[in-house]
Amino acid sequence: MATLDLRQQFPILNRMVKGKPLVYFDNAATAQKPQRVIDALTHYYTHYNANIHRGIHTLAEEATAAYEAARHTAQEFIGAAAPEEIIFTRGTTEGINLVAYTWGRQNVGAGDEIIISGMEHHSNIVPWQILCEEKGAILKVIPVNDNGELAMDVYRSLLSNKTKLVSVVHVSNSLGTVNPVKEIIDAAHRAGARVLLDGAQSAVHMDIDVQAINCDFFAFSGHKVYGPTGVGVLYGKKELLESMPVFQGGGEMIKEVTFEKTIYNDLPYKYEAGTPNIADTIALKAALDFISETGKQQIRDHENELLAYATAQLQAIPGLTIIGNAKEKVSLVSFIIKDIHPQDVGVLLDNQGIAVRTGHHCTQPLMARFGIPGTIRASFALYNQKEEIDALVTSLHKTIKMLL
Amino acid sequence: MDIKPINDIEKDIIEDFGLFDSWEDKYEYIIDMGKKLAVLEDEHKLDENKIKGCQSTVWLVASYEDGRIFFKADSDAVIVKGLISMLIRVLSGHTPAEIIEARLDFIGEIGMMTHLAQIRSNGLLSMIKQMKNYAIAFQAIDNQQIDHK
Repeated sequence: MATLDLRQQFPILNRMVKGKPLVYFDNAATAQKPQRVIDALTHYYTHYNANIHRGIHTLAEEATAAYEAARHTAQEFIGAAAPEEIIFTRGTTEGINLVAYTWGRQNVGAGDEIIISGMEHHSNIVPWQILCEEKGAILKVIPVNDNGELAMDVYRSLLSNKTKLVSVVHVSNSLGTVNPVKEIIDAAHRAGARVLLDGAQSAVHMDIDVQAINCDFFAFSGHKVYGPTGVGVLYGKKELLESMPVFQGGGEMIKEVTFEKTIYNDLPYKYEAGTPNIADTIALKAALDFISETGKQQIRDHENELLAYATAQLQAIPGLTIIGNAKEKVSLVSFIIKDIHPQDVGVLLDNQGIAVRTGHHCTQPLMARFGIPGTIRASFALYNQKEEIDALVTSLHKTIKMLL
Repeated sequence: MDIKPINDIEKDIIEDFGLFDSWEDKYEYIIDMGKKLAVLEDEHKLDENKIKGCQSTVWLVASYEDGRIFFKADSDAVIVKGLISMLIRVLSGHTPAEIIEARLDFIGEIGMMTHLAQIRSNGLLSMIKQMKNYAIAFQAIDNQQIDHK
């Protein structure tokens, strides 16, 4: 993969931060955008901005066609069986909440159980806590071992005929762990439970085939797959989405409204009330096309090389401990340094032009599990280079010297 | 007791920072001040004294003697601690009225405003609010006592 050619497609990578060339290692928080994604936004507003689905004029037709083309691209991107299984959302968080408020309210009752894992993002904890509190249901948690992997034997013992849903993260945002989702899904289905996968971190790195892994729901965010913020995808199996109650009421999601009764629209519009985020959804297509054209395998090969290199280089730094050493990881390294607060490291790295994430990464229970206040996380994308990891290592040595 | 006015202390700090020509010098100075900050005894590290940021934690206690407020504080992050140390140097030992009116422009002048902007990640802005709240509370107590006399 020609990283230099790819880098040139990301204009932001040319900027300087505090007088130094930007090294952007906060890709797990949000990825930078290639020019074609930025152009797709500009092009929409410059040439065919219109509200979709209802208008009969040319602009509305063009905008509707582009919006629905994005749905087809998203369908192919995750291997869904039909375009109506693709619901556009604001992001992963809204996707999970949609399932909690519709499917959850319909199917989870008093004494029922929902299983999540010890490495969930707050957005895959809190919606289920709200549901459990409302329904008198019970939240069960799959523990995490010292390497940052799920204790699968405990998971199997948690499953029972009371389990209604298993909602787990595909790839951990804090540790990089790739969870054995096929195994998790098969075991859940044998117990009669449904499975939601939080794909916020996996969609950009892994090949996603929702039919092959047979998950019931899959949620991901546009901005982590080189697309815009404020748009995401919720996949659901058609028969589930059809049987679920509606989420938000309004325009677009209806067929016929009288004061006595409203007949709801068909999928996927039933779950897309109001004017959607048309521009960002159209630009999301450009991002997904960019990934597919670059090739996920090629991207992965490059990122795995970066991961191996970074792991080796960072491990050699005295006092540094990597948190999360799962056998299967995506390209991110979370670490702590003895006697140093992660936030201090983040501040000093920023002064050297290096953007990392520090803190608990919205996974406070996971940080508590490891007995740490947070970590320093360097997460890599297709445009990162070994030279940038060298810059990180050099800057870390300097940072540690300043702080100790 | 002879205590320098808040504005003069702020000017001193701005002058100190004027001597640094690199970010390294600036931060080494802050880190050094953080390390030298008077120890806050564990007995004060209570939840009620905690100002919780998203990433780091600040503890703050105040005492009131002869019309003047004295602050003590600590943090688990050393750069925040250095900034705390400067705030204590500027505000501690002053009257409630002086503390309430302090504009603390030095923070911007020495280029540390970004630390205040990161409201969610450190408790610094909340700490300044809390210092001022102490001043307001002590002033209110004083006023009550005057009323009773």
